[in-house]
Amino acid sequence: MKTTKLIYPLVLALAATLATTGCKHKPVGITKLPGQNAPQVGEPGAGGTMGGGGTMNTGENVQTGGGALASAETFDNMTPDRAALAAYTIHFAYDRSDIRSSEKPNLAQVAQALSSDPSAKLLIEGNCDERGTEEYNRSLGERRALAAREALAKLGVDPMRIETRSFGKDQPADPGHDESAWSKNRRDDFVLLHPKSGV
Amino acid sequence: MKSSILTKLCCILIALFTFGAFAQNEEPIRIVKSWEPGIEKPTPVSLEGFSGEVLEVLKFDLYVQGFSFVTPDAAQYLISGSNADNVQGRVTDRFSKGSLLARSYTGASLRREAHAFADDIVFATRHDKGIALTKIAFKDEAPSGEGEIYVADFDGHNPQAVTHDGAIVAAPAWVPGRLALYYTSYKLGNPDIFYHDLTTGQRQAIARYSGLNSSAAVSPDGARVAMILSKGGSPNVYVCNADGSGLKKLTSTSEDSSPCWSPDGQWVCFATKIDARRRLAKVPAGGGEVRVVNTIGVSNPTEPDWSPDGKWIAFTSQMSEFDVCVVPAGGGDATILVRGEDPSWAPNSRTLICARRSASYRYALSLLDAPTKQFKDVARVSGSDSQPAWAR
Repeated sequence: MKTTKLIYPLVLALAATLATTGCKHKPVGITKLPGQNAPQVGEPGAGGTMGGGGTMNTGENVQTGGGALASAETFDNMTPDRAALAAYTIHFAYDRSDIRSSEKPNLAQVAQALSSDPSAKLLIEGNCDERGTEEYNRSLGERRALAAREALAKLGVDPMRIETRSFGKDQPADPGHDESAWSKNRRDDFVLLHPKSGV
Repeated sequence: MKSSILTKLCCILIALFTFGAFAQNEEPIRIVKSWEPGIEKPTPVSLEGFSGEVLEVLKFDLYVQGFSFVTPDAAQYLISGSNADNVQGRVTDRFSKGSLLARSYTGASLRREAHAFADDIVFATRHDKGIALTKIAFKDEAPSGEGEIYVADFDGHNPQAVTHDGAIVAAPAWVPGRLALYYTSYKLGNPDIFYHDLTTGQRQAIARYSGLNSSAAVSPDGARVAMILSKGGSPNVYVCNADGSGLKKLTSTSEDSSPCWSPDGQWVCFATKIDARRRLAKVPAGGGEVRVVNTIGVSNPTEPDWSPDGKWIAFTSQMSEFDVCVVPAGGGDATILVRGEDPSWAPNSRTLICARRSASYRYALSLLDAPTKQFKDVARVSGSDSQPAWAR
């Protein structure tokens, strides 16, 4: 305990040179939103302006692996149908993202719906109960959605037809603060996506 | 307690050495007293001659930086003055009788003049830069789950909405030294990361991949952004350039969340799961081996934030409740400070802002002086205020 506390000032002294390479300019999905007026915000006390144009450590571009997701644009121009699969919401144990066997019949129903409508796609919304910190829950909700995506892939659904979205704890199904509410909130909702007519 | 004195002596010696090494430029060598979390006594001061809002501001600003208020005969420093038309203030050392400060403030609101005086008091008595004129950003959430990103003075006053999205928003992060934020918004449906220049009002999506895009954290030089993406099939830590280009995957650990930067820009610290246990870990910002940051004595750590002086990592531990904790940045014994979540360091590397849950499960923001554990709620916007980020 004593020795570890002696070490931390030394962290101050750590400095090393950055490996620098030329910056690659590959803007990804840059989309400006309309109607943003400049908020009048007073000067912060946090000090002067940052000099831009410093050197950057770019590294190589990411290679997406086998479990990679389809690009976000694939799911534009689809009309969500929340009612179609509302009965097949699956639920999770506290702080877990593995699919319980009790939930598998519902997943089979979702897979069935997708195989009977080859033009449809699927949005899986992962959700958490309110215990757990906010960004932890945002990751946990995503893991729950991804777990269902993987299970559907094993049932023969092309995973490139599936997009995942985590709401963390921001969209509870039941606003209560007890286990009865929490058990309903630890869930994946399935939203069928139909191509927009005429597209 | 002998060991604690020895520790402090060593810290001062090392601090001297460190400052000495960089002292060739301009700064005179200055000894900053180090502290231990949660066990320090507040500095007793007396306040005389102030009233109304000015008194309120001075008490708030000093309390959350580790001062306590006593009668003049028990005070270490005597603070006196007036606030008739403007703020005038004096600080005297009761023991040496020496005058440390005598100043008159003009040209701003009484509130702002009082903040400026509070900063001068902190510098006169502790040789430390005050925080009373700094800014915070946070998320304000309605019961529907939708919300907006706000910025405000560090005490929650003068809040201003940055977004008008009517959507779920999350995790604001300041660009160091600039009026600019990164944050998550579901405005376009998916959780995407936006860069928002507050001086021009322009914003752009810098991460709009399929799946999760959240938890942006800006490098100390402002050139890079760490974040959580799930485009590779699981939520992991990625870094990219400030404009979203040059994306690189940093981790392949499981269950990653909440990255933050070391102040030297060399490391990204984050919450993860290693060997079936929730841990804090760090990875070189350019890529490399993930190393555990031990948080001995607490479990389920998440939401790390590295202090600007490099010494500490503040984080949330979840045991029976949520607690704000600090641990030496190299890992070691963790200290539980107060109930709360998602701590963010002030530029003074001493005060923290965190979110505390009320009985109704709404969040309120609170300021916390890490050495003394003194804390106080900031002014509330509405709804539930959480995910604070201190501009630094």
